[in-house]
Amino acid sequence: MSRKGRIHSLETFGTVDGPGIRFVLFMQGCLMKCKYCHNPDTWHFDGGREVTVEEVLAEIEPYIHYYRSSGGGLTISGGEPTLQAGFVTEVFREVKARWGLHTTLDSNGFNNAEKLHELMDVTDLVLLDLKHIDDHEHRVLTGVSNEQTLHTAKWLSEHGKKMWVRHVFVPGIHDDENHLRNLGKFIGTLHGVEKFEILPYHQMGIYKWKELGRAYPLENVPSPTEQQVEWAYRMVESGRLVANLQ
Amino acid sequence: MSIIEKEMTDLHREAWRTFKPGKWMTYVDTKNFIDENITPYTGNEQFLVGATTATQELWKIVSQLSKEERERGGVWDVDVNTPGSITSHHAGYLDKTKEQIVGVQTDEPFKRLIQPYGGIRMVIDACKAYGFEVPQSIIDIFTNIRKTHNQGVFDAYTPEIRAARKSGIVTGLPDAYGRGRIIGDYRRVALYGVDFLMKQKQHEHNETVGEGMDEATIRLREEISEQYRALGELKQMANMHEIDISQPATTAKEAFQWVYFGYLAAVKEQNGAAMSLGRVSSFLDIYIQRDLAEGTLTEEQAQELVDHFVMKLRIVKFLRTPDYNELFSGDPTWVTESIGGMAEDGTTRVTQNSFRFLHTLYNLGPAPEPNLTVLWSEQMPDAFKKYCAKVSIETSSIQYENDDLMRPIYGDDYGIACCVSAMRIGKQMQFFGARANLAKTLLYAINGGKDEKSGEQIGPEFPAITSEYLDYDEVMQRYTPMMEWLSEVYLNALNIIHYMHDKYSYERIEMALHDRDILRTMACGIAGLSVAADSLSAIKYAKVKPIRNEQGIAVDFEIEGDYPCYGNNDDRVDQIAVQLVEDFMGMIRKHKTYRDSVATQSVLTITSNVVYGKKTGNTPDGRKAGEPFAPGANPMHGRDKKGALASLSSVAKLPYEQSLDGISNTFSIVPKALGKEEDTRKSNLVAMLDGYFGSHGHHLNVNVFDREQLMDAMDHPENYPQLTIRVSGYAVNFIKLTREQQLDVIHRTFHSNM
Repeated sequence: MSRKGRIHSLETFGTVDGPGIRFVLFMQGCLMKCKYCHNPDTWHFDGGREVTVEEVLAEIEPYIHYYRSSGGGLTISGGEPTLQAGFVTEVFREVKARWGLHTTLDSNGFNNAEKLHELMDVTDLVLLDLKHIDDHEHRVLTGVSNEQTLHTAKWLSEHGKKMWVRHVFVPGIHDDENHLRNLGKFIGTLHGVEKFEILPYHQMGIYKWKELGRAYPLENVPSPTEQQVEWAYRMVESGRLVANLQ
Repeated sequence: MSIIEKEMTDLHREAWRTFKPGKWMTYVDTKNFIDENITPYTGNEQFLVGATTATQELWKIVSQLSKEERERGGVWDVDVNTPGSITSHHAGYLDKTKEQIVGVQTDEPFKRLIQPYGGIRMVIDACKAYGFEVPQSIIDIFTNIRKTHNQGVFDAYTPEIRAARKSGIVTGLPDAYGRGRIIGDYRRVALYGVDFLMKQKQHEHNETVGEGMDEATIRLREEISEQYRALGELKQMANMHEIDISQPATTAKEAFQWVYFGYLAAVKEQNGAAMSLGRVSSFLDIYIQRDLAEGTLTEEQAQELVDHFVMKLRIVKFLRTPDYNELFSGDPTWVTESIGGMAEDGTTRVTQNSFRFLHTLYNLGPAPEPNLTVLWSEQMPDAFKKYCAKVSIETSSIQYENDDLMRPIYGDDYGIACCVSAMRIGKQMQFFGARANLAKTLLYAINGGKDEKSGEQIGPEFPAITSEYLDYDEVMQRYTPMMEWLSEVYLNALNIIHYMHDKYSYERIEMALHDRDILRTMACGIAGLSVAADSLSAIKYAKVKPIRNEQGIAVDFEIEGDYPCYGNNDDRVDQIAVQLVEDFMGMIRKHKTYRDSVATQSVLTITSNVVYGKKTGNTPDGRKAGEPFAPGANPMHGRDKKGALASLSSVAKLPYEQSLDGISNTFSIVPKALGKEEDTRKSNLVAMLDGYFGSHGHHLNVNVFDREQLMDAMDHPENYPQLTIRVSGYAVNFIKLTREQQLDVIHRTFHSNM
């Protein structure tokens, strides 16, 4: 239990990253550099603070009854949690062993899924963030290819893992109809997708970019309207339908 | 033989038909009546119905009057010529042909009374502020002929009390206005009729003869006579509305009307700080159930009774000075109604009327009054819990208090007075004591009793701390005796206040609806708990360097390093807060109290956290002079960094046994942070409430809205006439807050993890 991990922060009352009320642990460090990221302060691997597994468990313990009674649990997010897979695995294993908590991993899938099977064994649900279905656009948006993420999605599907696929929607970046349909088609080929969520882009992270002295790449980009989001859902759904018919 | 058996009339038999008999028929015992006759309800809200046409039309009249009231600067009209009493004004109506429940405080709705028994000065100032003038003849009467509470208090105040009051180390004392926080058992009027209650009082009066004429007995005899007289006037007041309430209510409509008349008499005579209603909804449900069963009432009519009753509670008005409203924002009356909870036998006190009362927030729209207070128990029916959550999410108009924590202490027929003060109904009252400022007291400890703002010597002249950095042990050595001093000055003031209030502004009708022998509490309070705890934490865990002025008074502080802040479930600082609560309660208990009342305290500021902040200089936690304190027992805004549950857990550690007058916590969350789907939001809020109360938290105000919405309401108040928010212990109409208070609300921690 003396293994150490580097965390950014924690939230005792998370309600949007998995079912019920959840403890959300934000890990430090990420390899993607998404333009819309609202937590750019989690990117650097030497930021945040180092904690032991036992210290994390002590932070969770006072609230177990909230998580249990609401059908919630623990979500580990980031940053990118799989980059500290050993630490995360141990935390998940312990919260299961001690309190029977439901575990959720919020990941961008940019890691070698085969090497993560130990982590996946103790993960009940994966929130898979698919940043863009088009590889070129994905590179522009995040700085890396989406190949690995799509591979992870297939791996999860083949290994019977439950997942929620999540997709941030940024006006001007994600409003190509074909891309959305292709996204739907891809999701349609996967098993175990319990939920597909569009996360409307918001500007609440801008101040962090400014604090870090970085130029904000999406300056003046508005949040999508409700109609835009509904439309995007429809496009993705129609793609899924096509995939299911095939 | 009991009085009832002797006096039992045919009318009683008619009124009590089909009720299950019990000892309530022999003695005044509302609780026993409820125990025997309540119909607990475990279903959901599907049975509820919308507002009738009459309700909608009446509410239109109220909305129009509210608009006119705002346009006239906050007061619609004042009758400056007639001091309020139970029978001072003829009947007034919104629209007599449509009202199921009649009666307003004067002969016209929204016209305010003058109630000078608490103090004539407040009446003169309030009138002047709103463009009215009190006739000289009335000023003369209440200055030269009929002494007021206020004058009595100042006759007896010591120079030390006056100085402490002026510096703001104690604030909000009820020494110039009515103390309130007394709940008459208004249900007795409906269950027994006034004639019977008068006979009961006569009986009690006779029973005092044998006790020997000492001061206490003489006072008691005089008080019972006053109560008896007030009951007679209550009957007269009803007669002015062509209604006879000498006998018990025979129908649901009568039961609502009788209860309301009891309450109306109280608010015609007393301008108490909080004029709470008690726990009437499930009692009244018994009458509704009977009428429904007898086929004489429909659900539409039942809801209409509730809507009209609640409408009347919403338009209770008091004349108060702008100063007072600055302290307790937005014209509050604290018509607190306690809803739900469990009975001692394990059944629930939730009835269909619990739903109907909450449903008024839809039929009439959200509103701060009545102050709807759900007595939360983990054992309450799930459907009711979910409905409460829904109403909270959609209206932000409910507060919650821990029934599982209070029931073992107060039984199952208690109600909440004001915000968080539990008391057995008809069996207990309190002497409201406002609060003492523990943050400022810490500055006095550092500065040897000198006020950090005026430089005057207010506290005892201890040596000031002169070291370069503050040392925790040294500070505590000074702080403890300074708190001891404060508790003494404070209790002296309260004893004087309540002696004079009983003498010059006795609550005749409210006390007439109590038993003869009751429990009295001396309800002290503390403000600035989180500022004091964080300051001590900073001194202990970081380095705090005072910046002193030429007089040697520490007027600012430099903090080097980090320190644990209250609100993060960190025992290093949370235990400091716990210790402060325990220590101050221990100090309060040492003093003699008026009428041998039992000393208690609250951690509640109402909205005076803004005024307290104004009167307190820079503090060692880094808070700047003039900045508001956190309200009640809340952590300071923005210092709770681990999310809502950590924040709630810190507050839940404060020991209720050492703060029996209540521990207030106000929680604000943006809707999205409760979850994505409506159903998830409801179940998450229920789980949060279960969890908080399961860990012994006492009280929670729940606000669910976006900061942007409030900012828009500041700029466009006309678009938000009914926007209601919960502040510590009660609700206010947001647009009636001062700009400072609005900003304070907006700056508070909004839990918004997304």
